[in-house]
Amino acid sequence: MALADKYKALTDAAAAAGISDLAVREQDGILYVDGTAPTASAKDQLWNIYDQIDPNFASGDLVLNVKTDLSAAVSKVKVTTESSNLNIRKGPGTDQPIVGKAAHGEVITLVSQSNELWWMVRTDDGEEGYAYAQYLTPVV
Amino acid sequence: MKLTNVLMAVAVSATVGFVSCKPKDADIKASIDKAIQENGDMKGLTVDVKDGVATLSGTCGDEACKAKCAGAVKGMKGVKDVINNISVPPPPPPPAPVVIAADDPLAKAVADAIKDHPTVTADVKDGVITLTGEIKKDALKKLMPLLQSLKPKKVANQLTVK
Repeated sequence: MALADKYKALTDAAAAAGISDLAVREQDGILYVDGTAPTASAKDQLWNIYDQIDPNFASGDLVLNVKTDLSAAVSKVKVTTESSNLNIRKGPGTDQPIVGKAAHGEVITLVSQSNELWWMVRTDDGEEGYAYAQYLTPVV
Repeated sequence: MKLTNVLMAVAVSATVGFVSCKPKDADIKASIDKAIQENGDMKGLTVDVKDGVATLSGTCGDEACKAKCAGAVKGMKGVKDVINNISVPPPPPPPAPVVIAADDPLAKAVADAIKDHPTVTADVKDGVITLTGEIKKDALKKLMPLLQSLKPKKVANQLTVK
């Protein structure tokens, strides 16, 4: 379990940070770490440790899949693109037609997170569809 | 009257004799119960004794513990035999194997993820995402968590980090 040793600081930190459903498994020379982080900063912290152990994530011997536990109470999300508008699409995927746009920094309504990567949202103008979750930040 | 006395004497001496050379079942049970309380391995076990035969019930962590408990009871005074009814629960199932996404949905999700990183090219084959091109460090720190959440087998990062 050399890999488990290599990433021990990471898995220890994950346990200490209260990652729930933490699973650490080695398979075919790759370490898989899964779990759910209580906060986005806990997740970021693990990624920083990963980057310290394996600079630029270049070794390809770890798959770190830590989700952030989003409270069901979240109903508003802010558009956190670099600067551009965020496309709202008919379905979950960039191959889906665009049905609307949300401006950078705009706060819109979160309808559903049933798809992890594509959240269903609704703008104040009533445009409803799927937006890429990475560009949406829950408003607490 | 005399006969009754004789019979009683016989009965008493027989009982005394029985007790002195052979402990009663209740006494054997009491000493085994005491051992169960004092021995961590035997915690939670129960015992019944009948005619010097001790029947052990309960659960043990493993087969070695089960055998050890029976051996300890067998060596105790007055125990003629041990019926070992201790059960050993099956070991917990091994952790579920890692689920790797199928290439088609994975390739689609990867395409979505790298859409905003025009300098990055991704290839998906047998669950392995191979990244080529170049990327800024900040962008890499956003892209990698996303890619690794897609349940790939591996992310082979051959990007030049600027």
